[in-house]
Amino acid sequence: MDPRLNIIDERLKNIKRIIAVSGGKGGIGKSSIASALALILSKLNYRVGLLDLDFCGPSVHVILGVDDLFPKEEKGIIPPKICGIKFMSIIYYVSDEPSLLRGVDISNAIIELLAITRWGSLDFLIIDMPPGIGDPTLDVIRLMKRIEFLIISTQSKTALETVKKILKMLKELKVSILGIIENMRIVESSFVMDELKTFGVPFLGKINFDKSFEEAVGNPSKLLKTRFVQDLKKIVLNRSEFKGK
Amino acid sequence: MHEWSLAQAVIYTAIEYQKKNKLKKINEIKIKLGELQQIDREIFEFALKEIAHLKKIKASIKIKTEKAILKCRVCTHKWKFSEAIKKLDEDKREFIHFVPDLVHVYLRCPKCKSPDFEIIRGRGVWVESIKGD
Repeated sequence: MDPRLNIIDERLKNIKRIIAVSGGKGGIGKSSIASALALILSKLNYRVGLLDLDFCGPSVHVILGVDDLFPKEEKGIIPPKICGIKFMSIIYYVSDEPSLLRGVDISNAIIELLAITRWGSLDFLIIDMPPGIGDPTLDVIRLMKRIEFLIISTQSKTALETVKKILKMLKELKVSILGIIENMRIVESSFVMDELKTFGVPFLGKINFDKSFEEAVGNPSKLLKTRFVQDLKKIVLNRSEFKGK
Repeated sequence: MHEWSLAQAVIYTAIEYQKKNKLKKINEIKIKLGELQQIDREIFEFALKEIAHLKKIKASIKIKTEKAILKCRVCTHKWKFSEAIKKLDEDKREFIHFVPDLVHVYLRCPKCKSPDFEIIRGRGVWVESIKGD
């Protein structure tokens, strides 16, 4: 018997909502949206946690400019805070070394982090998911029963193809889907919304491609002023899907 | 005190087992400690006792340790973690203590230098058996 599986519910019991930011393809802005969403919700005075589950390519720490932080060890692991957000990532333990992990090792590392991380009470736990619909996606669905998926797409036909697969899988597994956000919008078009209409999932809004975003990476104060974050903030404020419980 | 969270997981497993099997009490819990996780046995045992007491579990707790063996997927060479760990500094040992799978980040096959190896045994904390009536 793997004892870690029996403690995960206990570790998550005081978290009101768990939102996994996913989308299948790499480079469509999952980490940027997960980081920005955590920042926005924290600024709205919600208690927020942020978990980077992209073990092979963690990047939330780069976006938020996390430096010189390390979790505290106290009957488990207490995630350190950045801009009021409790932030947990494999990066604390791998630094700049590549994580050469196969699927089984990734699953084991996810279970370990979920079993030992003491989040305390949170209104939102935001999870930055890795690309793909492999082990980590199946693991969070299995281990975090109240999980809700926020799906990110771009106008790219290749991204949409993967998004359709994820939506199909989540529907089949009867996993809650918060909605879809169209990111990196370049041209005015209803293409993404039209293509995904058949899934019956709320289209939450669109975020325009923002050239200035890259310059703000690593600086949360600058990030909050970008058009990218302002677009996302409008979605958060206007949609009931982001209200705390 | 990361050991505390794993000890808590063991006791919660016993409670879950008791509920599932409709047992009145738990008499014995057998635990296997994989060497890779480098658990401080003294702290772990203390935590087990404390949490068991809090949760009103009065079982005899038996712990055995298991040597960690790694096997290269490329050249099939097998080696002991206890030999490899000597080359790791304190920080890296601690990182493996928190997340044992990170052994892949810090160790290579001593024969062919590949990072593509498996942990055959001795990874972490495992509940071997629970008895009760």
